[in-house]
Amino acid sequence: MKYLVSFGRFWWNFVVGDDWIAAALVIASIGATAALAAGNIAVWWVMPVAVAIVLYVSLRRAITA
Amino acid sequence: MTAGVFLVLSAFLASAVEMVEALTIVLASGVARGWRSSLTGMGAAVVALAVIVAALGPALTVIPINALRLVVGGLLLTFGLQWLRKAILRASGFKALHDEDEIFSRELAEAKTAAPLFRGGVDWYGFTLSFKGVLLEGLEVAFIVLTFGSTQGSIPLAAAGAAAALVLVAGVGIAVRAPLARVPENTLKFAVGVMLTTFGIFWSTEGAGGNWPGSDAALFGVLAFVIALSALSVALLRRRKREQLVAAGARA
Repeated sequence: MKYLVSFGRFWWNFVVGDDWIAAALVIASIGATAALAAGNIAVWWVMPVAVAIVLYVSLRRAITA
Repeated sequence: MTAGVFLVLSAFLASAVEMVEALTIVLASGVARGWRSSLTGMGAAVVALAVIVAALGPALTVIPINALRLVVGGLLLTFGLQWLRKAILRASGFKALHDEDEIFSRELAEAKTAAPLFRGGVDWYGFTLSFKGVLLEGLEVAFIVLTFGSTQGSIPLAAAGAAAALVLVAGVGIAVRAPLARVPENTLKFAVGVMLTTFGIFWSTEGAGGNWPGSDAALFGVLAFVIALSALSVALLRRRKREQLVAAGARA
């Protein structure tokens, strides 16, 4: 059990890192892109805008921590 | 062609950065605990990484390309934004710069104080230190090579970029036998963060069902956007840091 927890923690830190909100926002943005694309809307601009917002939120959290 | 160049360059840069860090640990382990233990640990880690790549590489190629791009794009974005955020914080003074000399000294001091523990003629501390260092840094390289390579349909091309970095870093490491402190590691990490984020944006959009104007050529536009966004973030944070320092000086 201890090894499973360590294994899970390693992958969490590896992929998500110390800002889970940024990871959650990325997943939500991809979901929004998929939903808009399914409605035949041009979506190429969505992820760049989302990344700008995620970076702003993440940096703001980092410098005010 | 465009994506292929980006692919090799990204794999090369990301691998070089990780290998410089792994080299520092192997050197500290070798100097403090003996080269046999250090090099055996390094060799075992390289074999473990080769097994991981050999096992996962073919498995990834059978996943439908759009599903793969969606998942890989998302992973690269979360992963790349971590790199980019740290690089921006370092460049603006909110986080200490990565210093291989300092890390080498710290690892060396820790390795020298640990009690010797021999198993099969190998110092276990030196073996484990070297093995863990190379495996953990190497996993990031394996992750990047596999995700970039499989999504772009060419794991060998990504592996070639990583192999070129291995030859360069190992060659220079053997030649100088010292941490590669003069490598502009923070700049390289910034470049890797930009590359990972660029690919993450591009592939997650395609995987989610979107199309880029100009197809692969749009990568240049995304790259320019991420560079501009990063430069703007650094400039704004530097200004904020200066204001903080001035305010702290006024209070003192």
